Amino acid sequence: MSLTDPAPREIAAQAIDLHKTYGKGAAEVRALDGVSLDLYAGQFTAIMGPSGSGKSTLMHCLAALDKPTSGEVVVGGRKLGRLRDRRLTALRRDKIGFVFQAFNLVPTLTAQENILLPLSLARRKPEKGWFDQVIDTVGLRPRLDHKPSELSGGQQQRVACARALVSRPDIVFADEPTGNLDSTSAAQVLDFLRHSVDDLGQTIVMVSHDPVAASYCDRVIFLADGRIVDELAKPSREQILAHMADLQSRAMGLAPIGEDA
Amino acid sequence: MLRLTLRNLAAHKVRLLMSTLAIVLGVAFLAGVLTFSHGLDRTFSGIINGSTPDAQVRPANSTTATEDAARPGGGSEAMLRPEAIERLRTLPEVARADGVVQGAGLYVLDTEDKLVSSSGAPTLAFNHTGSPNLLGEPMLELDLGSWPKTEKELVLDGATAEKAGYEVGDAVTLIAPQGETRRKATLTGIAAFNGGGTAGAQLLVFSTAGAQELFTEGKDVYAAVSLTAAPGVSQKELVEAANTVVPDGFEAVTGDKVVAESEDAIGDFLDVISVFLIVFAVIAVIVGAFIIVNTFSILIAQRSRQLALLRALGASRRQVTVSVLFEALVMALIAATIGVLAGWGLAHGLAAVFRQAGLEIASDVLDLTPRTIGISYAVGVFVTLAAALLPSRRAAKVPPVAAMREDTQPPARSTVLRTSVGLVLLAVGLVLAAMPRIGIPEISLPGGFEVPTSPALWVGVGAGVSILSVAWISAFLGRPVLAALRTVSGLVFGMTGKLAGQNAMRDPRRTGATASALMIGLALVSLIGVLAASMNASISDVVEEEFKPDLIVQSPTFTPFPTSIGDEMEKVEGVATVSRSQVAQAVIGKVDLQNPKKNEPAFLFGVDEDMPRIYDLDVLEGSDDVKPGQVLITEEAAKEHKWQLGERIDLTFRSGRQLHPQISGIIAKTQVTGDITVRIEDLVEAKVPREDASLSILLTPGADPAVVHERLDKLVADRPVVAVQDKDEFAESIKGQVNQLLYMIYGLLALAIVIAVIGIVNTLGLSVIERTREIGLLRAIGLSRGQLRRMITLESVTIAVLGAVLGLALGVLFGVLLRDALREDLTSLRVPLDQLAVFMAIAVVVGVLAALLPAIRAGREDVLKAIASE
Ligand SMILES: Nc1ncnc2c1ncn2[C@@H]1O[C@H](COP(=O)(O)OP(=O)(O)O)[C@@H](O)[C@H]1O
Ligand SMILES: [Mg+2]
Repeated sequence: MSLTDPAPREIAAQAIDLHKTYGKGAAEVRALDGVSLDLYAGQFTAIMGPSGSGKSTLMHCLAALDKPTSGEVVVGGRKLGRLRDRRLTALRRDKIGFVFQAFNLVPTLTAQENILLPLSLARRKPEKGWFDQVIDTVGLRPRLDHKPSELSGGQQQRVACARALVSRPDIVFADEPTGNLDSTSAAQVLDFLRHSVDDLGQTIVMVSHDPVAASYCDRVIFLADGRIVDELAKPSREQILAHMADLQSRAMGLAPIGEDA
Repeated sequence: MLRLTLRNLAAHKVRLLMSTLAIVLGVAFLAGVLTFSHGLDRTFSGIINGSTPDAQVRPANSTTATEDAARPGGGSEAMLRPEAIERLRTLPEVARADGVVQGAGLYVLDTEDKLVSSSGAPTLAFNHTGSPNLLGEPMLELDLGSWPKTEKELVLDGATAEKAGYEVGDAVTLIAPQGETRRKATLTGIAAFNGGGTAGAQLLVFSTAGAQELFTEGKDVYAAVSLTAAPGVSQKELVEAANTVVPDGFEAVTGDKVVAESEDAIGDFLDVISVFLIVFAVIAVIVGAFIIVNTFSILIAQRSRQLALLRALGASRRQVTVSVLFEALVMALIAATIGVLAGWGLAHGLAAVFRQAGLEIASDVLDLTPRTIGISYAVGVFVTLAAALLPSRRAAKVPPVAAMREDTQPPARSTVLRTSVGLVLLAVGLVLAAMPRIGIPEISLPGGFEVPTSPALWVGVGAGVSILSVAWISAFLGRPVLAALRTVSGLVFGMTGKLAGQNAMRDPRRTGATASALMIGLALVSLIGVLAASMNASISDVVEEEFKPDLIVQSPTFTPFPTSIGDEMEKVEGVATVSRSQVAQAVIGKVDLQNPKKNEPAFLFGVDEDMPRIYDLDVLEGSDDVKPGQVLITEEAAKEHKWQLGERIDLTFRSGRQLHPQISGIIAKTQVTGDITVRIEDLVEAKVPREDASLSILLTPGADPAVVHERLDKLVADRPVVAVQDKDEFAESIKGQVNQLLYMIYGLLALAIVIAVIGIVNTLGLSVIERTREIGLLRAIGLSRGQLRRMITLESVTIAVLGAVLGLALGVLFGVLLRDALREDLTSLRVPLDQLAVFMAIAVVVGVLAALLPAIRAGREDVLKAIASE
């Protein structure tokens, strides 16, 4: 938090020198290679980078879905390193929201039940006002009683977003939430995420390799080979494209081939 | 295609292993039962062959030796004198003629003075003569010591000696039927039938003089003669020669005939045992088949994408079907092989159980015969292939385009046809079961077949049809139950409960098929439960209604006892009346000399004058006060023989004496006495030796029943074969026998339930694998491990409770109908609610247990899989 920052911000989540390696010996892959990062509350942050650069791994570690090989993750002021499964589960349920690329919803439950699922699991009642606000922002009120199979891909992702927000988490992680969507549906989802930051004051971290998606964000972090290589504030689509091309050329020959996202 | 099949098998080892287990258990049970029955057969046939001489001289009209041994009271009173045997011995065709002395009512007490139980198998007491059997071998083999020489010596079989704790040289305590009832004899050796074993029978072998002292009041007479043929003389020639000198009332028969008769007699009993066991094996196999159908259906649903790809690449429908069936075949062969081996082990286990119950079966006759192996493999392969046929046809229907589709869930299958056919079948089953109430039509079918009139058979067939059709449409019938269970578990367990309920409803057919396996087991268990409870209630009713004396004295094994016991009891303080009753046998009606088979003796009861006074007989005609020279008959007997009040009937006893009592009363059927009741005095006149079958005791007014009971107990303390019982004890002792059978049936049905549990484990395991991503998602958004385990457990319990609800409903329904069909014997209906509650609880426990493995497995699943398995 430098003094030049106009509005000093609270830190929602923090990564401190994260390392994550897969495999051993010659087959060793350093998915994360010393990542330190502060994610600010009330911001929409994008993590970008070429395929295989470690975006998903970083997000999984930040979201308490995976454990780093070394380093520390802090979410909502709590260090994750020492927490047991039960506490991690509670943390994910109460403090963190998720949106995945696909398969976000439980097929046997209606849209509304899916949205309320984290609360039901915690046996908590939704805050009525907040729930209505989320539903209205996501624009799904007429669809609440539908099963996922009766919703389009974009609608499903918006339900997933609503679910991620309904428990008022400290931070929402979204891994390529628009990866499977056409551009119109993707725009709806991104609009919704933008609104939830601006109007509902949420904190969102989104992994993406789509410059259009990243251009909705307040801050874009670039990852390559498991390291943070750059960062842009409120970039335009063109700025991002230029940066990506730059990174791509630098990473030539180093990045593994054939991996998507 | 072949390689792919094998790959598939290898890839799903664990899942297939579980469903294989269902077949393994079914086949194992079948193979075990077949092996065991075969062993039982061989044991008996070995003993029969090994203990039968070339020819036997025996009282005419007697059927088998075993029957005589078991029924001393009705046994032959005619005896052979030594001169008759001498005459036989001098025939040139006869090499040896050995007089046989045998009898019953003899018991061995152990070293602690307790009766050595033989539970069911007879006690064979006879003299050792050394005569060879029809194979020329000795009938008995001496394992240890020597044969008895004096009157105070005996030889026992090994099992009895061991149970009683006697060793060679010890003094064995015996309870004898006559004379000095408690006596001792020195154990000089241990013997067994030729070929080993006694099939549970107790052997008591005496010297001829010793046996005569016990059974013929010391007179030198014989019950039968064993003949050994001279060299070159056939059995037939031997019998022809013997018959020229055999005294009146006796006949010589060939050893082969004796063997055939014995095997016939024992064969019925053995058939009952093996049919009884095979029924349970068949149930186990049917339940196993359900699990196979289900496993294959699930595996194919999960593999539909791969199958579609194959189809897209040009595999024909036939090839897909064949590959699935081939997979089933390989599985069936493996399962049958394991099953046959396990069955062999199981047969030894069964033999051990029967050995405990006193039925000794030599383990060297428990071999796997080619027939057993053949049947087991055939059943295993047939059932598996039949069960896999439907899923394999479904596999072939997967369209190639499914390979391209995102979701691999098969499209909802139409169930209208299936449901309608199932409902019609169910209706047919219910109507069949209700026929005895509606009225069984008397139509003769073409080909001379008659419509069976046994009401129980109708109910049985109806129940079978109904249970199987319910199993078939369980998806449809289970829906309301599942919905109700979902609501309940949702209310009690919140979201986890609701999710579990939803999961159970996701594929109702899968859930239904899984539950059906349990349903079948529980339907049978609760049906039997209703029958047993009704039987116990009926026993209580009958005892309440008919048990009029204060105490009853009789032998738990219904063996007669000497009259001296009653004499002593009459002297006991507090005893007012001791009413005797005796059981005898006589041929009813004119003796047909041409056709001796028709002269089957019937049981008749002898009573004293007190009996009609003590008991409250339901007199329909005449009076129940039967006097000497009169006879009391039941309505049934009157109908059967077309007898009228006042008519005289003909009774011919074994002694050759005849009675012609006059019918003085007709009574309703009762447990107190038999169809034909005469006075004991008449039996004495007919030369039936006096013994008592039961004593009915009235106390003097004011006497304390407990005190008198105790005095009488003391009196019979050294007579373990006789028990003094009041009304409650009497009812309990009968119920005890019912319950023993009940628990045995429960034990056998437990296997079907174990198989059903495997089915649930299997379905859940497969569902968990299928839902890996969903489970990962739930875990990611905050489902704890505990909640996940609870969710899976609740799903499992839901399946189990569905099975229990359907099973108990069917079981009770058909239990009630069957009771109704048998209402002549089961006079009152009782639905054992407490037991049904226990079964329901068992179902819940079964559900919890079945979920253990899948729940642990799901809990271990990596959260990340939901996201990573793109
Ligand atoms: N479970 C895993 N086992 C082995 N290597 C992995 C695993 N997950 C990710 N990786 C490797 O780690 C690197 C980073 O992966 P990831 O975080 O998924 O990249 P991105 O999301 O940026 O495409 C890649 O080289 C990938 O192959
Ligand atoms: Mg990724």
